[in-house]
Amino acid sequence: MSGFHDILLMKHELLLVISALVIIIADLFYSGNNKSGIINFSLVLFFIVTVISFVPTGTGNLFGGAFQGSSLTDFMKDILNVAVLIIFLQSESYLKKPDNVEKVGEFFAIILMTIVGMDFMISAGDFLTFFIGLETASIPVAGLTAYDRYKSKSAEAGVKLILLSALSSGVLLFGLSMIYGATGSIYFVDIASKVTTSPLIVIGFIFFVSGMAFKLSLVPFHLWAADVYEGSPVNVTSFLSVVSKGAAAFIFTIVLFTVFKNIVHVWQDVLYALAVLTMTIGNLFALRQDNIKRFLAFSSIAQAGYILLGIMGTGALGMTSIVYFILIYVFTNLAAFGVAAAIYNASGIENISGYKNLYSTNPKLSLLMMLAMFSLAGIPPVAGFFGKFFLFTSAGSKGYFILVLIAVINATISLYYYLMVVKSMFIDKTDTPIVTFKSSVPMRISLVICAIGILSVGFFSGIFEYIMSLSSIIF
Amino acid sequence: MIIPVLTVIGILFSNNLKGTRVISAIGMGVQLLLSAYLVFYYLAVKGTGNLHEMIMVSDHMWFPSLNIHYVVGVDGIAVAMIALTAIITFAGIFASWEMKNLHREFFITLILLATGVFGFFISLDLFTMFLFYELAVIPMYLLIGIWGTGPKEASAMKLTLMLMAGSALLLVGILGLYFNSAPGSGQYTFNILEISKVHIPITAQRLFFPLTFIGFGVLGALFPFHTWSPDGHASAPTAVSMLHAGVLMKLGAYGCFRVAMFLMPEAAHEMAWVFIILTSISVVYGAFGAIKQKDLKYINAYSSVSHVGLILFALLMMNKVAVDGAILQMISHGLMTALFFALIGMIYGRTHTRDITKMGGLMKVIPFLSVMYVIAGFASLGLPGFSGFVAEMTIFVGAFQHSDMFHRVATILVVSSIVVTAVYVLRVVGILLLGPIKHEEHLKLQDAKWYERLSTITLLTAITGIGILPLWLSDTILGSLQPFVEKLAVFLN
Repeated sequence: MSGFHDILLMKHELLLVISALVIIIADLFYSGNNKSGIINFSLVLFFIVTVISFVPTGTGNLFGGAFQGSSLTDFMKDILNVAVLIIFLQSESYLKKPDNVEKVGEFFAIILMTIVGMDFMISAGDFLTFFIGLETASIPVAGLTAYDRYKSKSAEAGVKLILLSALSSGVLLFGLSMIYGATGSIYFVDIASKVTTSPLIVIGFIFFVSGMAFKLSLVPFHLWAADVYEGSPVNVTSFLSVVSKGAAAFIFTIVLFTVFKNIVHVWQDVLYALAVLTMTIGNLFALRQDNIKRFLAFSSIAQAGYILLGIMGTGALGMTSIVYFILIYVFTNLAAFGVAAAIYNASGIENISGYKNLYSTNPKLSLLMMLAMFSLAGIPPVAGFFGKFFLFTSAGSKGYFILVLIAVINATISLYYYLMVVKSMFIDKTDTPIVTFKSSVPMRISLVICAIGILSVGFFSGIFEYIMSLSSIIF
Repeated sequence: MIIPVLTVIGILFSNNLKGTRVISAIGMGVQLLLSAYLVFYYLAVKGTGNLHEMIMVSDHMWFPSLNIHYVVGVDGIAVAMIALTAIITFAGIFASWEMKNLHREFFITLILLATGVFGFFISLDLFTMFLFYELAVIPMYLLIGIWGTGPKEASAMKLTLMLMAGSALLLVGILGLYFNSAPGSGQYTFNILEISKVHIPITAQRLFFPLTFIGFGVLGALFPFHTWSPDGHASAPTAVSMLHAGVLMKLGAYGCFRVAMFLMPEAAHEMAWVFIILTSISVVYGAFGAIKQKDLKYINAYSSVSHVGLILFALLMMNKVAVDGAILQMISHGLMTALFFALIGMIYGRTHTRDITKMGGLMKVIPFLSVMYVIAGFASLGLPGFSGFVAEMTIFVGAFQHSDMFHRVATILVVSSIVVTAVYVLRVVGILLLGPIKHEEHLKLQDAKWYERLSTITLLTAITGIGILPLWLSDTILGSLQPFVEKLAVFLN
């Protein structure tokens, strides 16, 4: 082992830990009225970290296989970094509010530590690293959801999240212990070769899936999502529903594809049921939501159902369609959340019925929201269409046409509520639309990034091919 | 072909004045000229003995790992459909000349819709075809929802959801074709021409044919999936009704023909009877529906259901004459119904009502529009000299070539709908145009303005052109029908 070079495999994690520590220390030096300076400092720091992380470092593993790095995992981590960068940009004006300004350092540090946990999970080579990553990623989030500490809803969300999160971790750990008992190893490679359809392993596997399903907010493990999403500040909600969920999808896919590849048929059946339930229930509940955060929460539950379809495709195509979809999902959902946050910051409105006639006063925001809605609904020419099409292609490649049919019918149902948002902004008339406002510069930058992402990721097949080439190496 | 459309969009984004409509008109005018050139070019190429199925094929790799290409090319049928779309869009721009509310957005969306339609007709790859199909559906929501009349929001939502549900079925069908396109170990493909050379397993055909046929059939207002159509047409602004009834519904029929039947001929044979029954119902039901309506747009919308049903019916007859007639009918009905909707829009713009019982004697005050309306009515009846006659004759001749009882009964039933058509057309003419003037204010109405005349005359020229010189168009189409008919004939015995 040539020490330093190998350590570079962990560049994402190391850089994030360092910057989190730097922010905490720097926080000490910004005091009183200068407190908001830490926002700009963190933004710049994290921007640099994100850019540096794009430098390729190759493939390998560390600590006797406990940590595995490849171009694919690097790419996943890059997606998470970019998503977090966008969220940071969008949070700027929220954090500048007098209530929050004294605790901004924590906001950045906590989020960074959370991604460290997720990155470790993505790169995990055994269940120990996996579980440590999981806990690192879960516990701080509860602090974030309770960030609006004067709002009882926010505090409630935090408590709910931490209780349920602990429960799901317990369930997951219980499952892992069974798998360990049956195979005698915690290393993915060893387990993969010993996995059979023996009852113990299958039960362990089901506990494991339940734990992960909680993170992915799959039905019937989704009940926490709506309340927590609604209670948290908008930016934390977008973090939960985009970054947290994206990371969970990556990890779930990796573990299923590597550890449980010998019992593909078992987990395809399980996922089939989960996918149908998740899509249908997510969509049906989203129909009646008026609060934009709850609305996006249920919509993202439904989206998680589509993700399962991609996973069921297995192989390089399945992996590619997942990574590609998450990439698009990041831009799309963050655009929607960004607009919601911008409107909330300017007017305090977070109900869809409050968006009436927005186009007449804030045409650019309305257009971006429309693009985001179309992208979520999967309508060309925006990126969401391509993402969804490839997920369905992935499921189709294994002959799950009935499931695809259920999914596309669900997509049609979802179109209804996405169009309701468009209708509210463009068609409905009101005498008192939200007044014209200008968002802060970081917010605008973030929205422009999202818009470019939504419009370009689909058309430029290069990105899809790049992910394909990365996943073909491994699967 | 796609380039002019893109430039038009480019122009639209760059301007910000009321010049919008001038620029749209110029853009679509250029598009019209280009498609006219395309027709002549196509005939010239065919004249020199070019035997390729498709001409002007251009193939770009898009997603190599899934073998998705951006393939465009045209055959005679596509050429005809493109010409139709260009004419109607051109006329539609002039018909919406007085659009005031959010005019720039209106024209952008309208032309986006046209782009989707053009793209659909030139696509030779199922993926791009599907993409353009959805691209054509979504602007409809905005167009109807924002600029429509009456219960526009509900209609727009209904229309969009039903069409998207259709496209949902379609997506599954397309994926099914894709994963069956490579028997053995070949590379999967979305390319229509390549799939047509492959024999899709019959079990797969039985599953995916109904999905694709119904998927496209929804857009073609196939009974029982037609309910979006009357509401949608009635609520839409004039130009959108024109484009929608004129072109979009044909898109469904074209898709049924090009994708469902062309690629899965065996299943098409097996299941034709189900769809023949459904289309017969469409034809008769649509015609009777039109009799009972009082709203001009509803009358026309039901008549469209009936006529497009006839197109699907003819396609299912699956012989050369009938299918030729079906394509002629697509074009003829497209022009005719566009003319109808344009006129209705103009009449509505003057009288502010579409209820025929509240109007009367319009012939005396607005003779130009009224005469136009009568002519459109005659064309709809299938009177000789207009395109409708040529198309319907061809269809029925083709349909009667089947000698078994089932086809005979269905055909006779469908033919009888012409009588019903006569009833509703003449009823409207009688009440609306002739008789006493019912409303004093209607005495002050002004006749057509120059742009309205331009719009209607463009359409009328095309209608009579086809009526008098049908062979010219027929030639364009027939050559391209050959591969289709051959493919079907293999399984006839």
